[in-house]
Amino acid sequence: MKKNWLSKTVALAGNPNVGKSTVFNTLTGLHQHTGNWPGKTVSNASGNFIYNNIEYTIFDLPGTYSLISHSKEEEVARDFICFENPDVTIVVCDAVCLERNLNLVLQTIEITDNVVVCVNLMDEAKKKKIEVDLVKLEKLLGVPVIGAAARNKVGIEKLLEQVDNLVTKKKRVSPLKIKYSDKIEEAINKVESVLKEVNIPFNKRWLSLKLIDDEKDLIITLNKYLGKNIMNFKGVFKAISEARKILMEDNIKVDKLKDSVVSTIISLSEHISKEVVTFKKKDYNKRDKKIDKFLTNKWTGIPVMLLLLMGILWITIVGANYPSNFLFDLLFKLEVYFIDFFNFLKFPTIVSEILVYGVYRVLAWVVAVMLPPMAIFFPLFTILEDIGYLPRIAFNLDKCFKKCSACGKQALTMCMGFGCNAVGVTGARIIDSPRERLIAILTNVFVPCNGRFPTIISIITMFFVGFGVGFGNSLLSSLILTLVILIGISMTFLISKILSKTILKGFPSSFTLELPPYRRPQIGKVIIRSIFDRTLFVLGRAISVAAPAGLVIWLMANIDIQNISLLKHCSNFLDPFGNLIGLDGVILMAFILGFPANEIVVPIMIMGYMATSNLTEFNNLIELKTLLINNGWTWVTAICFILFSLIHFPCSTTILTIKKETGSSKWTIFSFLLPTIIGIIMCCLVNCLLSLFL
Amino acid sequence: MNEKYLSDASLGSCYIIKKINVDGSIKRRLLDIGMIEGTKVENVLVSPFGDPMAFLIRGAVIALRNEVTSKIVVEALA
Repeated sequence: MKKNWLSKTVALAGNPNVGKSTVFNTLTGLHQHTGNWPGKTVSNASGNFIYNNIEYTIFDLPGTYSLISHSKEEEVARDFICFENPDVTIVVCDAVCLERNLNLVLQTIEITDNVVVCVNLMDEAKKKKIEVDLVKLEKLLGVPVIGAAARNKVGIEKLLEQVDNLVTKKKRVSPLKIKYSDKIEEAINKVESVLKEVNIPFNKRWLSLKLIDDEKDLIITLNKYLGKNIMNFKGVFKAISEARKILMEDNIKVDKLKDSVVSTIISLSEHISKEVVTFKKKDYNKRDKKIDKFLTNKWTGIPVMLLLLMGILWITIVGANYPSNFLFDLLFKLEVYFIDFFNFLKFPTIVSEILVYGVYRVLAWVVAVMLPPMAIFFPLFTILEDIGYLPRIAFNLDKCFKKCSACGKQALTMCMGFGCNAVGVTGARIIDSPRERLIAILTNVFVPCNGRFPTIISIITMFFVGFGVGFGNSLLSSLILTLVILIGISMTFLISKILSKTILKGFPSSFTLELPPYRRPQIGKVIIRSIFDRTLFVLGRAISVAAPAGLVIWLMANIDIQNISLLKHCSNFLDPFGNLIGLDGVILMAFILGFPANEIVVPIMIMGYMATSNLTEFNNLIELKTLLINNGWTWVTAICFILFSLIHFPCSTTILTIKKETGSSKWTIFSFLLPTIIGIIMCCLVNCLLSLFL
Repeated sequence: MNEKYLSDASLGSCYIIKKINVDGSIKRRLLDIGMIEGTKVENVLVSPFGDPMAFLIRGAVIALRNEVTSKIVVEALA
C-alpha cells in the first residue's frame, strides 16, 4: 500500500464484518464486495475522496479482531497503523457487540492518537433495544466517537467532520492511557526512557512494550522502516534485558507477558462497555437464536440446506427458461439480417460468414444460454450471503471438513465457487493454516461455477427430463442438478481427505468461526450489485473469449488440408481417446478450446458438429438434441459430458488466480492435472460400466 | 474435584471460564474474541453432527471445535 504524499491518509480498521467496506464504499463511491460474513474483504483497497477542500486517500484494512495476533491480516493492519503514520485512523465498531470491538479500539489508541471511533450498525442495535451512550464513550476513550448506520448513509457526514477536525487540528485529543500492572509499567518506562533519547518517528511507549515482548515480526518490520537494527541504538538492548528482569520480579516470563497485556485490555473493554451499553431487552437475540436452532438442528440443519440449494436451482431453471427461449429465437433470427446487412455492405462472402456463423453464433449462444440463469442465480446467492446464511453452512459442514483434516471455512470458499472458482480461490485467504488453504484452493474447482451449470442444465433438459415446461420437469431438472452438485461436493471431501493423508499431510488446525447476526438484505442493492458487478462482469469475460474462439473454430472448420477440414483432422485425432471416456473428439476439442471460459464449450461443440453435418441452423434445444444424436450421442455420452464438465481442468482465469495465490508453478500445474486426471478416470469408469449394460 | 470442560456444555447453559489449556495461535484467537479466565459464555448452538458448538461470548456467536473446547476448564452457572 503506497501513500500519496499530496493527500491526507485515512486508515479504516475494524473487526471483520462490521461494515468497514460499506463505510469505504460510501466515502469513495467504489464497489468493494460487501456481504454478511467475516473475511470477505480479501484485497487491500484504497480510494479517494475530497472533504472541505482536502484530498484524502483512504485504505480499507483487512478486518482484524486485534493487532496482537500473528495472522497476515493483523500484521498488515498493525504495520500500516504503526509505521505508515496515517493522518487519521477510523476504527469501525459493531454497536451490537461493542465490548469485543473495544479491544481493537484500545489497541489502536495505544499506537496512535489520531483515532476516530465509528460505532456502526446503530440501526441494528436500536432494533435489538441495545443503547450505546456515545457521549460517555467519547469521554472515556478521549477520542472522537460518532454513531453511524453506514448502509443508510447515516453518520457519514459526522464522521467526515471529525476526520477534518483531527487533520486540521481543530480538536485536541487526549486518548485514554491503558495502565498495566505496576511491574509492567516499570518495565515499559525503562525502555521508553531510552527510546526517547533516540530519534524514532513511532509511538515509543507501544514500541517499548513490543520490544520487551520480543515481537519478532514487528521488530523486523521496524528495522526495515528505520533502515538499521533497533538493537544497535545505544542502550536499547540493555534496557530491554533490564526490563525483562523487572518483570521476572513479578514472575512474568516473556511468553506470559502478552497474556497479561491482553487480559488488561479485555478487562478494560468490559469495564467501558458496562459503563456505556444498556441492554433494554434481556433476550435481544431471541429471534436469531430461534432461526439458528432451526437452521443448524440435528434433524433439520442438513435437509434445509439441501432444500435451499435445490430451491435456488429450481427458481433459476424455471425463471431462466422463458427469457432464454426468447433470446434464442431473437438472436438466431437476427442472423439472417446480419448476413443481408453484410451483403448490402458488399463484404466478401467469406468475411460475412466468419463474422456471422463464426463469431456471432458463439456470442449468441453464450448470451442466450448463460445470461438468464446468471441474472437469476447471482442475486439469489447474494441475498443468502447478505442475510448471513453462509457461515451457518460452514458451521453445519465443519465436522465433515474436520474428518478430511481441512478447515471448516473451506465451506465458505466452496460457496463462493458456485459464483466463480477464481473468487473461491482468492477467498481461501480467510483460512489461516497454509496447508488447509492449499487444500481449499486445489479442490475449489469441484464446485460447478456459474459458467458451467447452465451448460449442465441444458444437457439435463435435453437428455433426462424432456422439453416440457411443466412443474414436474423443472423440479426433476433441479433434483438432477442438485445430485450433480452433491457429486462435486463429495469429490471435494474425498480429494481433501486424500490430499491430507498424502502430499499435504497434517492435522486439522483450530480456528474460530464467527456466526454473525442475521441482517435484512437490501434487495435493491443486491440486484444492482449482482447484476452489474458479477453477472455482467462474468458475461463480459465470456464474450471477450467467445468471439475469438468462434473465429478460430470457424477457420478450423473451413480450412481444408487434403480435402479434409482442419477441424476434422483434430477431432479425428482426439476421437479414440474421447471414445474411451465416453465422449468424442469434438467434445474434447471443445473443452480444450473452452479453457479460457467454460461458457463457450457447448457453442464450440455445436459448431464442430455443424461443420460436418448437413444441419446448418437450429432454433432451439430440440433441434440441438437432434444434432447431437445424429453425431452419435446417447444418454451415456450425456452422463460422461456432465461428469467431465463437473470435473476437469480449471478455466484459465482460475489457473492464473491459483498461480497468484500460491505463488508456486508446481501447485498451479498440480491444480490443473489433479481434476483433469480424476475426471478422465471417472468418465472412463462410468463409460465402461454403463457400456456393459447396453 | 471433577473438572468440567467446555466441550461438555449443554445447549442453553451458561459457564464461567476457569482455565484455558491451549497455546499458540489458537490461544491468541481466543484472546481476540475476548475469552480469558473469568469470561462468561453461553452455549447457544450445536451443529448437526455434534461438533463444533457455538457460544455467545461478549455479544458475539463464535463456533469452536471440540479439540479446543475440551481443553477449556469451566464452571457451570446456575
